[in-house]
Amino acid sequence: MILGRNYKNIFLVILMSLVLSACATQTKKVDGQMQGDVYTGTDTVEYLADGVPDRVFFATNESVLTTASRETLRKQAAWLRKNSDVTVVLEGHADERGTREYNLALGERRANAAKDYLMTYGISSNRISVISYGKERPVDSGSNPLAWSKNRRSVTVKAN
Amino acid sequence: MNYKNILIILIFFIFPNKSFGLIEVDITRGNLNPLPIAISSLSSDISTKNELLKLLKVQDVGLEISKVIENNFRQSGLFNPLNKDSFLQKPDIAHLKPRFEDWSLIKAQALITGKVTYSEDKLRVEFRLWDVLAAKEMMALAFTTVPKNWRRVGHIISDKVYERLTGEKGYFDTRIIFVSEKGPKTQRIKKLAIMDQDGFNTKYLTLGNELVLTPRFNPTNQMVTYLSYFRNLPRVYLLDIETGIQEVVGDFPGMTFAPRFSPNGKKIIMSFAMDGNSDIYTMDLENRIVERITNHPSIDTSPSYSPDGKFITFNSDRSGYQQIYIMKSDGSDVKRISFGKGLYGTPVWSPRGDLIAFTKLHKGKFYIGVMRTDGKGERLLTENYYQEAPSWSPNGRVLIFYRETKTDSKGEGFSAKLWSIDLTGYNERLVETETDASDPSWSSLLSN
Repeated sequence: MILGRNYKNIFLVILMSLVLSACATQTKKVDGQMQGDVYTGTDTVEYLADGVPDRVFFATNESVLTTASRETLRKQAAWLRKNSDVTVVLEGHADERGTREYNLALGERRANAAKDYLMTYGISSNRISVISYGKERPVDSGSNPLAWSKNRRSVTVKAN
Repeated sequence: MNYKNILIILIFFIFPNKSFGLIEVDITRGNLNPLPIAISSLSSDISTKNELLKLLKVQDVGLEISKVIENNFRQSGLFNPLNKDSFLQKPDIAHLKPRFEDWSLIKAQALITGKVTYSEDKLRVEFRLWDVLAAKEMMALAFTTVPKNWRRVGHIISDKVYERLTGEKGYFDTRIIFVSEKGPKTQRIKKLAIMDQDGFNTKYLTLGNELVLTPRFNPTNQMVTYLSYFRNLPRVYLLDIETGIQEVVGDFPGMTFAPRFSPNGKKIIMSFAMDGNSDIYTMDLENRIVERITNHPSIDTSPSYSPDGKFITFNSDRSGYQQIYIMKSDGSDVKRISFGKGLYGTPVWSPRGDLIAFTKLHKGKFYIGVMRTDGKGERLLTENYYQEAPSWSPNGRVLIFYRETKTDSKGEGFSAKLWSIDLTGYNERLVETETDASDPSWSSLLSN
């Protein structure tokens, strides 16, 4: 009887943990792509060098760098310091949910946020140029929040 | 007189505006009761028909001109052009003296008749507007032009009749400059294009090698200012449509964008972005002097002058989000005028001076709307998934804008099209274009 009870409990525990882990993987799936509305996935990310992601992502209408973005830019700065002959273009982009002209300005503001951060980590401004594409060059043609989050970005591109 | 520049010469007026017609179209109410109008084919004799067929490859120019008028009037929403199959009287006889009973039988209230002749390399088109109920001629005019301008004659006749019946200038003899689009959404190929207001005579002004955006006419419609990514440097350009000569506007060390002409055409107003901040500048096209108009750490863009040139409306996020502001043309007395819920962008001053059209984003929907210049009296005309950038018809009665579709779950099915809507919020119409299209800008009237 005692044994049987114990088995019951064990069975329950196993069931519960199964349910919980199912929940965890499900939320993780969403969390893994976006935090708030900032893209945190890696689908579209390319690499300037091993471990140096080329882009950072922004919240809707924002140009504030997230903790993750700052980490990415510190890696870029370190790579640029090591490769002192490299110059880069920062390409600022917006999602499709804004007017064209405002988005051009917003893309410019985002690329400059990234530029400013690189400069505080010792990269000279004459190695960095900035261009905004507004909403003209999305990476994801979807019309959904995840696609928009991938498109709100500043991409560091090697210029030479 | 410089005949080269004057393509269309008005040669005579018979009783202009003299008769007291009963018919009148109320332009302020939308298309609730479009006026039934019969537009008879413009008659022409056999030799004219044959000559013009040889020259223009058009079977019956008189018929085609009447179709141009018909289409304009149908699109306007204010008129109901009647089916030609129901017409009892032949075009040539009707033009001499309509049998008004025949026309009132088919419920026509107005009738347009006309005649086309061709001699000495010139096309001569005359037309008459008749008030069917009063059994009177309301207007008669004739035009002489080079034959290839026959569609324009249709537009000019449309404008004359529109003005006679509504009391306001028309907008049919006008062009639209826009961006023609092709290719996948992630790599759109964009070209500057120009067409007649009814979608005919499309011409491409750039090849599509570089991204081009937001073209706008100057007041005489000979110049266009736009944004080009030529050599990957986004800058405002000036293009002479006839010569094809283009030049960069000003010498700015960064992106310039959102250009428009001042009402007298002497200045270009635009945004200049530097170090993450966009402000508004003007450049005088005569002396090349650049003036800074706003100086604020926020984004200031989409400037548009009032028709008298004394004020500027623009878009700024200085309050935290995109809103509409007005200021004096020297940049002083900045006032926010949009206070509704949501974000506001692309303000553009009406040619009549009393309204500002805008794009509004609220709860995931985009609206085209108008408000008075003090921000009061906001009216939203149309709601959609995505639409923006209204441009006024020269008489301030119609807005043209572009609309983009939502893509499906695979990210496919994207399209961008031009649409127009009356100031009343009625009569929303697709404006046909050969390709996908965006960023439309309406010219002023080409004649007069």
